[in-house]
Amino acid sequence: MSKVHVQTKINGEEVEFLCEPRQSLLEVLRETLGFTGTKEGCNDGNCGACSAIVDGSLINSCLMLAVEAQGKAITTVEGLAGPEGLHPLQRKFLEHASLQCGICTPGFLVASKALLDQNPNPTEHQVRHWLAGNLCRCTGYDKIVRAVLDAAQTLRAGV
Amino acid sequence: MTTTNGANYKVIGTRPIRHDGIDKVVGRAVYGGDVRLPGMLYGQVLRSPHAHARIRRIDTSKAAAVPGVRAVVTADDLPAVEDKRMDLGEGVVRLKYLRDNVLASDKAVYKGQPVAGVAAVDLHIAEEALALIVVEYEVLPPVVEVRQAMKEGAPLLHETLTTKELGEDTKNKSNVASHLRHVLGDLAAGFARAAVVVEREFNTATVHQGYIEPHNATAMWSLDGQLTIWTSTQGAFAARDQVASVLDHPVSKIKVVPQEIGGGFGGKITVYLEPVAALLSRKSGHPVKLIMTRPDVFQSTGPTPGSYVRVKMGVDQSGKLVAAEAYMAFEAGGFPGAEIGAGAMCVFSCYDVPNAQVDVYDVVVNKPKSAPYRAPCAPQAAFAVEAVVDELAEKLGQDPIDFRLKNAAKEGTRRVDGVVFPRIGCVETLQALKDHPNYKIPLGPNQGRGVAIGYWFNIGFKSSVSASVNEDGTVNLVEGSTDIGGSRASIAMQFAEVLGLAAEDINPAVVDTNSIGYTDVTGGSRVTYATGWAAYEAAQDVKAQMILRAAKLWEVPADQVEFSEGSFIHKGSDKKLSFKELAAKLDDTGGPVVGKGNVKPNSGVGGSFAANIVDVELDPETGKVQVLRFTVAQDAGKAIHPSYVEGQMQGGSVQGIGWALNEEYYYTTQGEMANGSYLDYRIPTSLDLPMIDTVIVEVPNPGHPFGVRGVGEAPIVPPMAAIANAIYGATGARLNELPMRPDRVVAALQAQAAH
Repeated sequence: MSKVHVQTKINGEEVEFLCEPRQSLLEVLRETLGFTGTKEGCNDGNCGACSAIVDGSLINSCLMLAVEAQGKAITTVEGLAGPEGLHPLQRKFLEHASLQCGICTPGFLVASKALLDQNPNPTEHQVRHWLAGNLCRCTGYDKIVRAVLDAAQTLRAGV
Repeated sequence: MTTTNGANYKVIGTRPIRHDGIDKVVGRAVYGGDVRLPGMLYGQVLRSPHAHARIRRIDTSKAAAVPGVRAVVTADDLPAVEDKRMDLGEGVVRLKYLRDNVLASDKAVYKGQPVAGVAAVDLHIAEEALALIVVEYEVLPPVVEVRQAMKEGAPLLHETLTTKELGEDTKNKSNVASHLRHVLGDLAAGFARAAVVVEREFNTATVHQGYIEPHNATAMWSLDGQLTIWTSTQGAFAARDQVASVLDHPVSKIKVVPQEIGGGFGGKITVYLEPVAALLSRKSGHPVKLIMTRPDVFQSTGPTPGSYVRVKMGVDQSGKLVAAEAYMAFEAGGFPGAEIGAGAMCVFSCYDVPNAQVDVYDVVVNKPKSAPYRAPCAPQAAFAVEAVVDELAEKLGQDPIDFRLKNAAKEGTRRVDGVVFPRIGCVETLQALKDHPNYKIPLGPNQGRGVAIGYWFNIGFKSSVSASVNEDGTVNLVEGSTDIGGSRASIAMQFAEVLGLAAEDINPAVVDTNSIGYTDVTGGSRVTYATGWAAYEAAQDVKAQMILRAAKLWEVPADQVEFSEGSFIHKGSDKKLSFKELAAKLDDTGGPVVGKGNVKPNSGVGGSFAANIVDVELDPETGKVQVLRFTVAQDAGKAIHPSYVEGQMQGGSVQGIGWALNEEYYYTTQGEMANGSYLDYRIPTSLDLPMIDTVIVEVPNPGHPFGVRGVGEAPIVPPMAAIANAIYGATGARLNELPMRPDRVVAALQAQAAH
């Protein structure tokens, strides 16, 4: 199968790759480009472990073809922290012990960032509703929801 | 909320950031699926589309001819070996069953059983090649329900399987692999004294552990026969030993490198892909990576057994339990080996009941071979017992917690399986619930409150730890327990406590099977208990060696040096060195200090009790049950890192909520699972749940240096019963079948209205 040339921006940097039209963005991120922080849990859009932000929208990267990334800006978990330190969400996930096995954590972090980008002051119900597309089997979500609410507060305070 | 036991610890009981935390929040942690090796091939596994079929012929020639395909394997590629019975830490299993579960030879006994494996230069080519493998099946009638499978004339899964009846082989061909019995006291005399007797039947569906990370394995078979396997496993050594048996390859030539693991709950102990990846690597000469699809995970890996349970219990006039009887039949899946012994140990263990009998059956059915799932077989038993206990309390007009407190097991209580309890926290756990403000919140219309308690005995087993002191006074701690939920922290904290160090001074590392002593699985709620104990021993070893170094430095007898408050002190002078100061002087006193701790605690393992208060609200029209409030109290012995103890309690509770309300394998009449995706096999989401309120009770385990009791499993035991009792509270209808789906709730309401 002949490959397609795709130009995109990942975590702020220009990235070019070749892919087959049948390859998902998730597969290319993980297998071609080495962004293995984005996880595969189901490959059918039901677990959210592969969450990414594409041009400001939260998506399941397993449900998007890699060729569709042409000209788009993608954020993965690898793009949350900078040289200056962790994103407040990452810090709060650690402080609240919001991860046990950690496989769902990148997806939750990316999804939570997408939430706080558009709603800096969500209620507990809004957090639960937004994150219902991300499955966690270890924590029962309690400590995840608390971390997101705490991170929102931190971001609002500009700390 | 934590009830402390007053010990004056500096590190234990605090909440440091876990050592592997940063890697896991920035996406750098390497899980099994992230492994990548030079020249690596990608593989896929062909699976039986039939629940029960004889395999007549497999033709792989077309698949092997696809450009890009490098190897195809079937059961014929497994070395020919004599069948034997082996104990691989999960009970005795027949080698043939273990091998057939990896690659089916003569028969498929569940839909999804592996039949062939393909390795190719990319995943898509491997998928295309799979479709070209021709398998000729003779389809046989399936049996997927435990009581059907036990009937005379039921389709037999294994022509050579005969029933082991109370330890004796009956030579009777049957789907019943074994029947165990425990008897305590005089059952008939006990029931004769009873003033009130309740007997009920219960059914529970097959459910899955549901870990988000699919099974994976990457193998490289070197030309010298050295086999290296990278995998997400609960037990690197257990995986090594199983692979050695299946492939008839010496353990000395197998190295398992455990990767970060994305959940297990008991389901990532059995090897599935590892031997197939190894065979594909041997045949192709390349490293080969296999990852299951999500349907593969549901259809081919460890669900927990569905069950049929009948429980009868009696109380005397004063409200004391006098007799209890249980009949429990568990679905082992396609091969024998449900954890029936564990179910029998737990069924009545929350209570002091002098006369009891338990009969428990291990039955094969055409479902995936069951695997342990968090307190295996205890939740099914508790669902039944706690409903019967609730009914007894109601008939006596007693508060359900008071009734349980009156009959609670305590130190000295003899269990039905003969064990006499040491110091346990059953009473304290129930009392913590009784005292909780959530027990007093008024309920509204269509709302109900339920309580229940559950027990899990926990295990000890083997653990090894080694510790190297760095010159800056930090310590590199090497361990064999894979970290599924923060155990690097809980092990390091116990080490640090002994030496007066901070949790952050310890660098824990989970290493491969060539780099540490034997360590059993991360399971049985054993890691913080046993590997923590090994860390304690390693710290004691370091301390003893450091005392000798201080004595050498000061030129005084070693018995004049003591360790106190984090410092080495010369008794009788003012000579004093902190751990860090002395660590900087190791070069002058003999070089490196390396401590070790190897343990196998046979006694002293402390069981744990978990109990719930659940408030639900029902929609009487749709039958939807909403959990409004959920409270879990559990005896942790001593909570090393309370946040991760709470995490176990919350996570186990929510798995229980899923088991209670949503989760089940839905089977067609052909024995095919019809809901093998997260869309159709619905685990709880954040939107389904309230916060999970926790109460850590601490009744120190006398069998551990810090009083630890494992906490991982007990929390999944009581929720199903607590929710059923809450539904009863809201409606007056008792639901005796899991899951308590909306249609069952509506049916129960209608049946009740018809009365």
